[in-house]
Amino acid sequence: MSGILLLEQSLNGLQFGLMLFLLAAGLTLVFGIMDMINLAHGSLYMLGAYLMATLAQATGSFLVALPLAIVATGILGVLLEMSLLRKLYQRDHLAQVLATFALILIANEVVRMIWGAQPMMLATPAVLSGPVDLLPGLSYPSYRLLVIGVGLAVAALLYWLVTRTRTGMLVRAGASNREMATAMGVNIKRLFTIVFGIGAMLCALAGALLGPLLAVQVGMGEEILILAFVVIVIGGIGSIRGALVGALLVGMVDTIGRAFLPALFREFLPPQYAAGLGPGLASILIYLLMALVLFWKPQGLFPARG
Amino acid sequence: MTAAVPAMTAPVPARTAPVLEVRGLSKHFGGVQANADIELAVAAREIHALIGPNGAGKTTLVAQLAGMLAPDTGSIAFEGRQIQALAAHQRVRAGLARSFQITSIFRRFSVLENLALAVQARSGTSLSFWRPRHEDTAIFEEARELAQDVGLADREEELAGALAHGEQRQLEVGLALATCPRLLLLDEPMAGLGPEESERMIALLAALKGQIAMLLVEHDMDAVFRLADRISVLVAGRIIATGTPQAIRADAAVRAAYLGDAESAQSGPRSR
Amino acid sequence: MNQRSLAIAGIVALALLPPALQALDQVFYIGFAARILIYAMAASSLNLILGNGGMLSFGHAAFIGAGAYTVGILAAEGVGSAWVAWPLAIVCAAAAALVIGAISLRTRGVYFIMITLAFAQMVYYILVSMKAYGGDDGLNLGSRSAVGFGLDLKDEFTWYYTCLALLAVVLYLLNRMTAARFGRALEAIRENETRMEAIGFATYRHKLVAFVIAGAIAGLAGALLANQSSFVSPKLMHWTQSGTLMVMVIIGGVGHRYGGLVGALVLLGLEELIAEFTLYSQLGVGMVLLGIVLFAPQGIAGLFQRSATRPLP
Repeated sequence: MSGILLLEQSLNGLQFGLMLFLLAAGLTLVFGIMDMINLAHGSLYMLGAYLMATLAQATGSFLVALPLAIVATGILGVLLEMSLLRKLYQRDHLAQVLATFALILIANEVVRMIWGAQPMMLATPAVLSGPVDLLPGLSYPSYRLLVIGVGLAVAALLYWLVTRTRTGMLVRAGASNREMATAMGVNIKRLFTIVFGIGAMLCALAGALLGPLLAVQVGMGEEILILAFVVIVIGGIGSIRGALVGALLVGMVDTIGRAFLPALFREFLPPQYAAGLGPGLASILIYLLMALVLFWKPQGLFPARG
Repeated sequence: MTAAVPAMTAPVPARTAPVLEVRGLSKHFGGVQANADIELAVAAREIHALIGPNGAGKTTLVAQLAGMLAPDTGSIAFEGRQIQALAAHQRVRAGLARSFQITSIFRRFSVLENLALAVQARSGTSLSFWRPRHEDTAIFEEARELAQDVGLADREEELAGALAHGEQRQLEVGLALATCPRLLLLDEPMAGLGPEESERMIALLAALKGQIAMLLVEHDMDAVFRLADRISVLVAGRIIATGTPQAIRADAAVRAAYLGDAESAQSGPRSR
Repeated sequence: MNQRSLAIAGIVALALLPPALQALDQVFYIGFAARILIYAMAASSLNLILGNGGMLSFGHAAFIGAGAYTVGILAAEGVGSAWVAWPLAIVCAAAAALVIGAISLRTRGVYFIMITLAFAQMVYYILVSMKAYGGDDGLNLGSRSAVGFGLDLKDEFTWYYTCLALLAVVLYLLNRMTAARFGRALEAIRENETRMEAIGFATYRHKLVAFVIAGAIAGLAGALLANQSSFVSPKLMHWTQSGTLMVMVIIGGVGHRYGGLVGALVLLGLEELIAEFTLYSQLGVGMVLLGIVLFAPQGIAGLFQRSATRPLP
């Protein structure tokens, strides 16, 4: 019984972790290569989700809407990079924080203006609305399985892209040593734009896939952005492998902690303490994890810079 | 490594205990051995030069001695006291100061302010929240004297970042001097200096000779052979020889390992 | 001397504000002005570590929350005296800053930004889970703190002047501090920490002291903020609050002695002003902030005066 529950929660954790990875991958590359703190990364995720919800309503098809939303967000990201963000690479972190914080405010208001303050509904595709029996006693929503499948596929694709292709090699070179990448004759400007565009597309994918599971609403980006930052700090800034490991760690620890810690506390503590302490500790678990990782490995688990 | 101290090592002058005594110091970076079994003694008031080709581990050794890099093994005694557990700033307060190979000064502060900070560090608490610092005339007076000593008296008000490279190197040494050290670790003070600036630096160090013990890491062989009382040669992380300048110049192993290729690449030992 | 007359002129202008607003029949804005003063205090405390010390703390709202919740919890337990609650708020915030700073200051650069953020998130979620004190919904104080001496903080004039007096004291203390040995050493650490160690400064301890002082002042600001609306909620500690404080410091002038004040004034004033014209005020605020980043890199104060971090004469 509890084994089944653990398995189910592990699948949830895996699914959440993979979605975090989609967000963290772009963030860690932008951060690692361009040394740029982009607080507006979560806004791209929000925009992706809203575009997806709108396009799904307009076209009536999840499958048609998905690529459209991804491409649209990618284009938005590229335009944003070329018009504004590239001006910030040479500035200090403070200027980047201020500018991208301003972008969050702007994005939230624009979304409110276009879509209104009420959360939007994004329905699961009809085919995938039912559960699947994975094991006797374990039936799991088929949509979540799809999310896991897509997440795994994209993670594998990204890993291949970064470790096996020429562009990926340049990206890694840029993350560990920018001067060297420039010396190798890389068109850094174009590389940055491409990386940013891919990051935006991954944001949109995560937003679109998570849309049916979480509410599509203003402010959704801010919450998940912090989690993505936790992921890349744990993994080591600039490292794709670190982002993957960090995302899975955070996804698992957060999900399993929330599922089991309150019950665990009820076992050992009087109810008046357990009621508050359990959920409280569960929600700070990942931050504790990050503090611990930084304590032992101040550069994260997989430092990209030597 | 047992043969760390070669036979030709010149004895430390007998009347004074060494001011610095290093035993069995080693450091790995990952799989790379930065230095191994370093044995080194600097006598009181001597200028002890440390030479060796690039990558021999000289800067690593200075960082270990200054407390900015923890050695894997080994002990460091300063004036008879074990200091390897002390943090960098505590070693400075104990009387062991360093200069940096890559100039490290307060670029947006004036020359006088640079030196005043270093004086402030050793005179009274810096956790003083009330009294305006500019009323602290004593530290500025001392800072002026120091500026005089290092030849920057007429540049006191200049921003450190606006100084010429040679002047910045003088300030670099001045900052270390301002801490009133009894041993000065000088990491390539002549780095990047032109001939004229080098002469000024050599004169500055020569004027300090006999007052403060120095461990002088330097590539400029002319400076080394003019200033040093003794020389240690570091090759691939190990000290292969220690001795007087004459002994080192004559040593076959040193010539083969180091001076031989250095003479073609750099200004080798010249006699004047 | 110019600095001094400027400061006096500023205080006089701020002191004359309530009667002026009353004459204009705009008494409502006195409360708003008090809020600006409180945020000015919070932003000034952040400016000490961020501007003078170069510590990019992204978790400053945690200390505001610690101060605010000290007042809120004490009020819920029946302790309404400002003389008890406010000093305790300062002490609690300072204690939180000591713990968070002691751990965070072992990291550098971006990792410092992120670990301070993580700690603030922990404080946020801990308070969200404290159901006994309102949890997510927050906690009503019922009334402002009591000070005695026939003063009633519920009176908007008294409240405004209390905030002004405390802000003036805090700014004076901060200015003394930054001009004293402590402040000069702090700026030098920002400029070149390795060199400061190499001339014998205990830089870690020095930064920690600054961090705790900033936390303590933020705690006082939090206590005032709790009183301002007679309400505390975890939202005070949301990471966007830390971001807002950072934004205030940046637009006011990083390391400038009145950067926090100018920043709070400009940001909150701007929000209020734009809200007059549109429902979507944050859009305008965002645009102005972007404009400041692109066209006034030294902040507003930097447009008029060089930063206080310039070298001594």
